[in-house]
Amino acid sequence: MAASAERSVASAVPIWQNRTARSIFYQAVVLGLLVLLAYFFISNTAANLAKRGIASGFGFLNNVAGFDISFHLVDYDLQSTYGDALVIGILNTLLVSALGIVLATILGFIIGMARLSRNWLIAKLAAVYVDGIRNVPLLAQLIFWYFGVLSTLPGVKQSLSILDTFYLNQRGLFMPTPGFGPGFWPVAVMFGIGVAAAIVVSRWARRRQMATGQQFPSIRVGLALVFGLPILTGLVAGFGIDWSYPELKGFNFAGGTQIIPELIALTLGLSIYTAAFIAEIVRSGIMAVSHGQTEAALALGLRRKHVSRLVILPQALRVIVPPLTSQYLNLTKNSSLAVFIGYPELVAVFAGTTLNQTGQAVETIVITMAVYLAISLAISAFMNWYNRRVALVER
Amino acid sequence: MSNIEARTTSEFPPGQHPDMPPPVATSGVVGWVRQNLFPTPLNAIATLLALYALYLVLPPLLNWLIFDANWQEGTSRADCVREGACWTMIRARFGQLMYGFYPVDQRWRVDVAFILQFVAIAGVLIEGMPGKRWFALFLFLVYPFLAYLLFYGGFGLVEVDTSLWGGLMLTLILATTGIAASLPIGVVLALGRRSHMPVIRIATVAFIEFVRGVPLITVLFMASVIFPLFLPEGMSFDKLVRALVGISLFAAAYMAEVIRGGLQAIPRGQYEGAMSLGLGYWKMNAFVILPQALRISIPGIVNSFIGLFMDTNLVLIMGLIELLGMAQSATRDPDWLGQINTALAFVSLVYFSFCFSMSRYSQYLERKLHTGYRR
Amino acid sequence: MKHLKLLAAGAVIATFGGIAAADATTLEQVTSRGQLVCGVNGPAGLTGFGVPDDQGNWTGLDVDMCRAVAAAVLGDATKVKFVPLGSKERFTALQSGEIDMLARNSTWTLSRDTDLGLDFVAVNYYDGQGFMVRKDLGVASAKELGGATVCVQTGTTTEKNLADYFRTNSLELKSVVFETADQARQAYDEGRCDAYTTDASGLAAERTQLKDPGNNVILPEIISKEPLGPAVRHGDNQWGDIVRWSFNAMIIGEEFGITQANVDENKSSDNPEIRRLLGVEDEMGKMLGISNEWAYNILKQVGNYGESFERNVGLKTPLGLARGLNELWSKGGLQYAAPVR
Repeated sequence: MAASAERSVASAVPIWQNRTARSIFYQAVVLGLLVLLAYFFISNTAANLAKRGIASGFGFLNNVAGFDISFHLVDYDLQSTYGDALVIGILNTLLVSALGIVLATILGFIIGMARLSRNWLIAKLAAVYVDGIRNVPLLAQLIFWYFGVLSTLPGVKQSLSILDTFYLNQRGLFMPTPGFGPGFWPVAVMFGIGVAAAIVVSRWARRRQMATGQQFPSIRVGLALVFGLPILTGLVAGFGIDWSYPELKGFNFAGGTQIIPELIALTLGLSIYTAAFIAEIVRSGIMAVSHGQTEAALALGLRRKHVSRLVILPQALRVIVPPLTSQYLNLTKNSSLAVFIGYPELVAVFAGTTLNQTGQAVETIVITMAVYLAISLAISAFMNWYNRRVALVER
Repeated sequence: MSNIEARTTSEFPPGQHPDMPPPVATSGVVGWVRQNLFPTPLNAIATLLALYALYLVLPPLLNWLIFDANWQEGTSRADCVREGACWTMIRARFGQLMYGFYPVDQRWRVDVAFILQFVAIAGVLIEGMPGKRWFALFLFLVYPFLAYLLFYGGFGLVEVDTSLWGGLMLTLILATTGIAASLPIGVVLALGRRSHMPVIRIATVAFIEFVRGVPLITVLFMASVIFPLFLPEGMSFDKLVRALVGISLFAAAYMAEVIRGGLQAIPRGQYEGAMSLGLGYWKMNAFVILPQALRISIPGIVNSFIGLFMDTNLVLIMGLIELLGMAQSATRDPDWLGQINTALAFVSLVYFSFCFSMSRYSQYLERKLHTGYRR
Repeated sequence: MKHLKLLAAGAVIATFGGIAAADATTLEQVTSRGQLVCGVNGPAGLTGFGVPDDQGNWTGLDVDMCRAVAAAVLGDATKVKFVPLGSKERFTALQSGEIDMLARNSTWTLSRDTDLGLDFVAVNYYDGQGFMVRKDLGVASAKELGGATVCVQTGTTTEKNLADYFRTNSLELKSVVFETADQARQAYDEGRCDAYTTDASGLAAERTQLKDPGNNVILPEIISKEPLGPAVRHGDNQWGDIVRWSFNAMIIGEEFGITQANVDENKSSDNPEIRRLLGVEDEMGKMLGISNEWAYNILKQVGNYGESFERNVGLKTPLGLARGLNELWSKGGLQYAAPVR
């Protein structure tokens, strides 16, 4: 009955005023325009490439790259391919992003809490930090850390040394590298056992607390298990670690691990910059939890440290996590500014050197963008998952 | 006074007790200091540490910036005899830092353009300004052509090639053009994202998420090395135009999200009201929804503008020399080698004064708008 | 769609861009525009080869190459628009037609001639890659650089040569790669690297920009061949000929001792080759598709190769480069031009 009435009304309307017809028409037009635009760009590019005889395709990834990369986490030498260089670039991007995210989060939470401190001076200092850092371009800050600060460190021969094991100079931070000999495996095994035991203990403690209300210092015991067991084993049976110490040989330090100043400057710059944004997010997250919650928790007899950990923070996190995600994404994307200070990450190695050596601009840029897109999607997927977990605490 | 305090309360009959001043420790400067700086032992330690840190940092910084700085005129780093900042370099290079290589005798055009722009924007933003509508019309319809004429030339003005543009002028042009171009594109994208038509929604979402997922630097790379290949043979654009296209499209994706936030804040009743008046989709959006949504979005738009303003220095990668690039290249001149900190201090101060005032303005707007829309 | 877009873009292109019928030759485009668009070293330039002064006026050996072509084609050496290009975008700019020719100390290599779709038409500077170190490093030869940190600019043949050289000599290499030459030089000057490498001519130019030029030495080894020269798009042979012969005219000018000062007197010379070159006899210009006065204009307005060399990079300039390989063939160098016949 109703359906037929609708149909009769619909049929009375001329086709160009029919909602569905119009919607389909609009969409067809938009789709057509998009396809035309894509065709326009692609055909032009293809024609341009063909006419000038510019090479195309992804085959270059298997060619020998033959240039040096100053910092790589996995093996890379002069016989490696452009594909290997791409992997190095991605790993270096991920490394600096991960370091930056951890440091920025810690610093950001400290500053954010400091802004809410009852201590006027501390709160003001935090506010000055946030306003000062947020309103100066990141690139200027990176150049400051690299050319303004790190390059004023002493030269190699005048290195600052800490106990003759750590050296700091213009070429970066040099520190001993552990080499794991055969004597190391008992320690490693005990570490694994410690982790497993800590998990068991914390489960048991939780169950007991649910059942009886009695608390158990599971965190302290857990830490003791995870670190105590392997250290004890090591003390008894020996660690079996061969430390390789940095030593001055010729122009540079040999042995040990070198953390290049480009990485230090980039990590410092990124985390200090992003921390200012995270601090604001933390502050507004905590302020979003009503003061009644604190009062109610105190009235229930919770201690102050428990109030923040068990009542305020879980609620604040729900407000904090979504904008925090976008800050993590920003940090990752901002790591591309490394190209200005010579840290060999994705953009510098691939969209820079590789693009120049091969001349295949379209392919290299497309791959670079795709990698960033994938990293972005991965981070937001992870944070969405975490966000759901945090949100589920609500009952 | 003191003799009243000296007496004990027991000396007064009940009900006759005079009002006593609060204890010294809880009021006035001392009370404030106690309450805000030394409430607990831990806080006291923190305060002392902070004071010590300030003592370590502030005097040397001020000395470097002001008291020990070189303010005199000069032509090379040899003229910077004092230990502090070498403002001499900034003075010597001021013209280039502001205008790039723009011909000296034509620089008045740049000044006029920016003064006009400033007046027009102030006219639009200041509340209760008479003739606000005229300011807005001028800003959006007349000014772009006027600015083009003044900056580039034509109609009797000498043409100044864009490769000569640089410094703060270029920074401002990139940021303002970027934001002005991204606004309409952002509105369209935001409406598209909320559209009921799947093709349009998917296309806009794909564009927005793609752009937001990649760094600006790669977009600029694309504008500089791939975009020329996209066009038919023999057709090419100026480098500045390519940078502007890249920046505008990049900013538009972020703008779309800001405006979408504004659209979401509009109560359903507004849509229903507009539809019940018989307004179609475009009329409804143009006269009812968007004016309100854009008004709420202004703080977000200002924030995007600040972000864009600071990001413009990445055009350095395309070989366009804006303020930061100009300052850096000044320190590479053999005459001024090693003055990188002075250059950075100057650039930071310029950026800070722009961005800080804009962010304060946006916070003020946020507070003002918040009260109106709080439910 | 194409037409719609073109229409919409038309207004902007009219001033900011260039549009020409797809089948117009570069020569036709340049003459109808009345201006040569020439890609040079940018954004900051390279002293001696292409560098802008405070007013944005460009000078340099490469810049003179552009001016010579403008003089030949348009009769006016000032009708050049210089587009400063970074190492990364220079070839795309040429491929896409944004510039008419590239004169940006670019090395002629096989892969650039083929894969990149370019044609290098001349060599206006024979160069080779070298190293610069601080004196106090106590190094006298590049072979002693094992384990040294080397600063280098990205996007150049330099980066690969460096790796090759260290590899063939079994030396350990630690390179730090920068986006621009300025950054690399700055990092070297601040002490981040033991050595700085680029083309030898570049080293001379860069050394003048160091805090203490006298404390830096250029090592004797030249580790590569770097023939630097102007490039044009592949496929437009007429335009390639014009650029090549504009350069040849400068060389021949020097061979015959024709300078800016005496070119007018040389017009009445009896030497048939000079008469042909200066357009007094025969119609050499017409064969190229340009004015017969082409070489006269070059030599009058820009000067011969030797004049350009001495003015921009020669011994009396801060770069202080000797002619070396770039001396005329008749004087023991490599510069040799085919005859105008």
